[in-house]
Amino acid sequence: MSDIIRIEEEALAAVAAAADLAALDAVRVAELGKKGRISGLMGALGKMDPEARKAEGPKLNALKTRVDDAIRARKAALEAADLEARLVTERVDLTLPPAPSPGEGALHPVMQVFEEMAAIFGDMGFAVAEGPDIEDDWHNFTALNFPEGHPARETHDTFFMKALEGDTPKVLRTHTSPVQVRTMMEEKPPIRILVPGRVFRNDWDATHTPMFHQVEGLVIEKGIHMGHLKGCLIDFVKAFFEVDNVEARFRPHFFPFTEPSAEMDVKYSRKGDTIEIGAGDRWMEILGCGMVHPNVLRNCGIDPAVHQGFAFGMGVDRLAMLKYGMPDLRPYFEADPQWTRHYGFSPWLTPSVSGGLS
Amino acid sequence: MRFTLSWLNDHLVTKASLQEILDLMLKAGLEVEEVVDPREKLAPFTVCKVIEAKPHPDADKLRVCTVETVDGVKQIVCGAPNARTGMTAIYAPLGTFIPGLDFALDKKPRAIRGVESHGMMCSSRELEVGDDHDGILDLDDSLTVGTPAAEALGQTDPVIDFEVTPNRPDWLGVQGIARDLAAAGAGRFLRQDPKKIGGSFECSIEIKLEAPEACPVFAGALIRGVINGPSPDWMQARLKAAGIQPKSLLVDVTNYVSLDRARPLHVYDAAKLSGPVVARLGRKGEKLEALDGKTYQITEDMCVIADSSGAIGLGGVMGGVSTAVSAETVDVFIESAWFDPLRTARTGRATGIHSDARYRFERGVDPQSCVDGLNLAIGLILEYGGGQVSKAKITGSVPVRTRKVTFYRSDVERLTGLIVKPAEMKRILKDLEFDIEDAGDAWYLMPPSHRFDMEQSADIVEEIARLIGFDQLPTTSLPLPEGGRRVITTPRQARVATGRRVMAAHGFLEAVTWSFMAREHAELFGKTEDALGVANPVASELNYMRPSVLGNLAQAAQRARNRGERTVRLFEAGPIYLGDGPKDQRTVIAALVMPAEERHWRGHAGSYDAFSAKADLFTVLAALGQPGERFQVGAPTQPHWHPGQAASLKLGPKMTVANFGALHPGVLKALDVDGPVYAFELNLNALPVMKARATKTKPVFERAELTPIRRDLAFVVDAGVAAGDVVRHAQSADKQVISAVDVFDVYRGPGIAEGSKSVAIEVTLQPKETLKDEQIQAIMDRIVASVAKGTGGVLRG
Repeated sequence: MSDIIRIEEEALAAVAAAADLAALDAVRVAELGKKGRISGLMGALGKMDPEARKAEGPKLNALKTRVDDAIRARKAALEAADLEARLVTERVDLTLPPAPSPGEGALHPVMQVFEEMAAIFGDMGFAVAEGPDIEDDWHNFTALNFPEGHPARETHDTFFMKALEGDTPKVLRTHTSPVQVRTMMEEKPPIRILVPGRVFRNDWDATHTPMFHQVEGLVIEKGIHMGHLKGCLIDFVKAFFEVDNVEARFRPHFFPFTEPSAEMDVKYSRKGDTIEIGAGDRWMEILGCGMVHPNVLRNCGIDPAVHQGFAFGMGVDRLAMLKYGMPDLRPYFEADPQWTRHYGFSPWLTPSVSGGLS
Repeated sequence: MRFTLSWLNDHLVTKASLQEILDLMLKAGLEVEEVVDPREKLAPFTVCKVIEAKPHPDADKLRVCTVETVDGVKQIVCGAPNARTGMTAIYAPLGTFIPGLDFALDKKPRAIRGVESHGMMCSSRELEVGDDHDGILDLDDSLTVGTPAAEALGQTDPVIDFEVTPNRPDWLGVQGIARDLAAAGAGRFLRQDPKKIGGSFECSIEIKLEAPEACPVFAGALIRGVINGPSPDWMQARLKAAGIQPKSLLVDVTNYVSLDRARPLHVYDAAKLSGPVVARLGRKGEKLEALDGKTYQITEDMCVIADSSGAIGLGGVMGGVSTAVSAETVDVFIESAWFDPLRTARTGRATGIHSDARYRFERGVDPQSCVDGLNLAIGLILEYGGGQVSKAKITGSVPVRTRKVTFYRSDVERLTGLIVKPAEMKRILKDLEFDIEDAGDAWYLMPPSHRFDMEQSADIVEEIARLIGFDQLPTTSLPLPEGGRRVITTPRQARVATGRRVMAAHGFLEAVTWSFMAREHAELFGKTEDALGVANPVASELNYMRPSVLGNLAQAAQRARNRGERTVRLFEAGPIYLGDGPKDQRTVIAALVMPAEERHWRGHAGSYDAFSAKADLFTVLAALGQPGERFQVGAPTQPHWHPGQAASLKLGPKMTVANFGALHPGVLKALDVDGPVYAFELNLNALPVMKARATKTKPVFERAELTPIRRDLAFVVDAGVAAGDVVRHAQSADKQVISAVDVFDVYRGPGIAEGSKSVAIEVTLQPKETLKDEQIQAIMDRIVASVAKGTGGVLRG
């Protein structure tokens, strides 16, 4: 009996003294291993008579359990200490920069605004149509009711391509309107298209660039009148500038390819560097529009007595300036990284009518 | 076109204020650009009296004046030589903006050479009421102190500037403006037909029309004994307000009639004319020294006014020096003719002459105004220059319009949504001087002779709608199209949108650069052709339509580098031009990187190179549903790529989808760009469009039940063999089971024969049923055989 107490004291002292897992394991082997001291005593139980076994068995089992528990507890403590020590060695300085990555780029504001416009007009049922930048005289002028030699042509500051002697030179399209002609010649009404694209005019100063962007709209359907044009464009301006109300006015103007023709002005105010569109004390012209001229419809094989509709065209670069506050048109085309990072858009911002434009 | 309010009132009886007139102009389609109300501009300036002017103690040319002003007695230092005691002048208080100097006076008195000056006395140029700057304004002494300068100087007439659209040449005369304003509701139009002046003698100058298609009618008259002095003050004031410098009575009268009636005239010194005045076509070799002092070559297409000496003017464009009027002119011959608009426009373009006459004739001058214009001029010349006038001589006949416009009244509502009563339509059309013939639902309309833009019903609709006012139009939201919305973008447009977002997500900045570049630079990107050259470029470096976006991007990258940017990453989704036909334009996504050494605390990070460009290209392709592995890699197909560090992606021998890699160092040098530069250009038009599937349902999902098996193989191949070929031939050994082949090592050196290299690949098998070792070995054997056959490679022992 006193043996058991002594053995327990010795075993527990050895467990407590084990400095590492190896030493602890040595204690385990010495006491509980196949040839260990406690295992030996357990083995001796078999040779005892039943009475003695009944008396000694529980004591020995209890001894074994207490020593085993002590070993497990010591093992957990040693492992925790080991982990603690390892974690200290594994420490890194996470204020350091990660591996170089190009980071996020940016989308050009004009291209973003194109998408905003496509989202708004797409919601009204317009499909996007495109056409070539190098056009022939017929599509850019004649079909659009610019009579040959008429001064209206000269207002366009046209770029001409080099032509062989005697050939009519091709032109760089001065507006996106030739796509109206191409679409009307290929498709039957009803037609609702939106035409974004590059256009070109031979003019370069503080407010003009030789290349700029237009969006053109065309609706050819029975029963469409100028009130629809007005409603459609007011709806557009509200959606585009993301304001609830827009004070707008339509003024008679002249475009060879529309009759009646109008320009649309919106009220705005200027406070310091910011322009607020929709209300204010001044008017700003933002686009040209009108009912498609019967001559244009006829030139495209559409009977103006049966079908009618409207068209509009606007300068995208300028509308982008108005909405997002770029003060100058010229950096648009300079591909300057600083400017693009400042005025550009995240690739994750996809304009939609339901999700918001910007 | 500039005119004054009082001038307008000659033709319009109105109670409307200036603002109401401006609003009505806008409503009728006359786009007002600027209004200068001199009463407003001159509001701070008032009359003052110089009580005493003394020499400045420290400056010979300055005077110290004691001035009685509207603000009390002030001390003003003045540099004008004419400043003197007792003078009546114009006073500007401190802080006033001086229009002619384009600056404002200090708000606090300033010491000029030690003497304080409390304001300024102004010259006529400083007030922009004249050109005199030799001294300050010296006014009539009867004016009292404090009288507004506008009143004292007779500058009370507001000047209105507006844009004349090309369809309305009748607005190039004040009379025409008044007519439209009356129709818009401003008041009553005063039709002032000039008095016909009966001459006392026959005009001795004969008029001949030899080209009636160019000049069908010519009215002329001779006035003898004229004194060609200055024109009256009122006329000079109006001409100046319109932006025309007065010259002499005869010239001023022609300009005045042109501005008042949109009726150009010309005056000849009759003493310098010889023989009949002939309107004819030009003759080869003829020349004209025109009134602008330049000599012009005349062609057979031009309309010429000639006498026996030859050409003395270009009809409807500009007169000649040889017969010009001068201060000595005593007898004057007046021309009031009509010239064909198209021919006038051609002559104007060919000569480059921009005259007020050309501007009017090429847009269309009222042919009926020949005689009225002549009579108006005669009346003014006789009144202010004296003399006797001959009987007017009218040769030829006025071209008369005969075709009436059929106007369907229902078109007004059909096209505009406006409901207008027929009586109101009739009122508007009558105000605009249409003749109306009733024909049931339609009216037959004869437009007035000054309108050239009235051809069909829609034209009449515009007249009615604009004069009712576009503000009266209904505002109707566009109903959705029948059948609802369509897909709004084509597959290619969708690819542009996706591609742009992928590029930006991978650190590229989107550029929009010119569609132009310099032809000499375009030449670096392939052979150029005249058809893509711009005949009238805005600048010589923008004279060609770009065959590639990369030239512009490379130059932009260099500009960014010069501003201190490290690695520059740019892309552009835009057009390139392969020809001038409608189908020769391509949409590309071009990306370009000018790498800088990127340092990192863990050591060298590896900089952007041709393989990075390949990775970025493949990223875009994958996002567009076209994994790059689908394409064949070949040599670059364009001359601007580094021959050894660039490649093309192809669908077949002729269909190149993209080129990528390093740009050619020689090309970069010619563009003045520092290399190396890596790039790709992906032609979206060349990417196959996948057919839309009939259903949106995806194929049934089948999980790969067995784990993939991976084996490494190394081949020794000739050093010239492309690793891609090893991969391709390995893959083709069993397309069912081999799911991937990846190169993980390329080695040249000890252990490998000179001129050879080792290419090590990892083959991944994805079996559908359990493979036995022998089966796996059989596949490996087939791979070895396939690579050997295709590349001559042998398994590395």
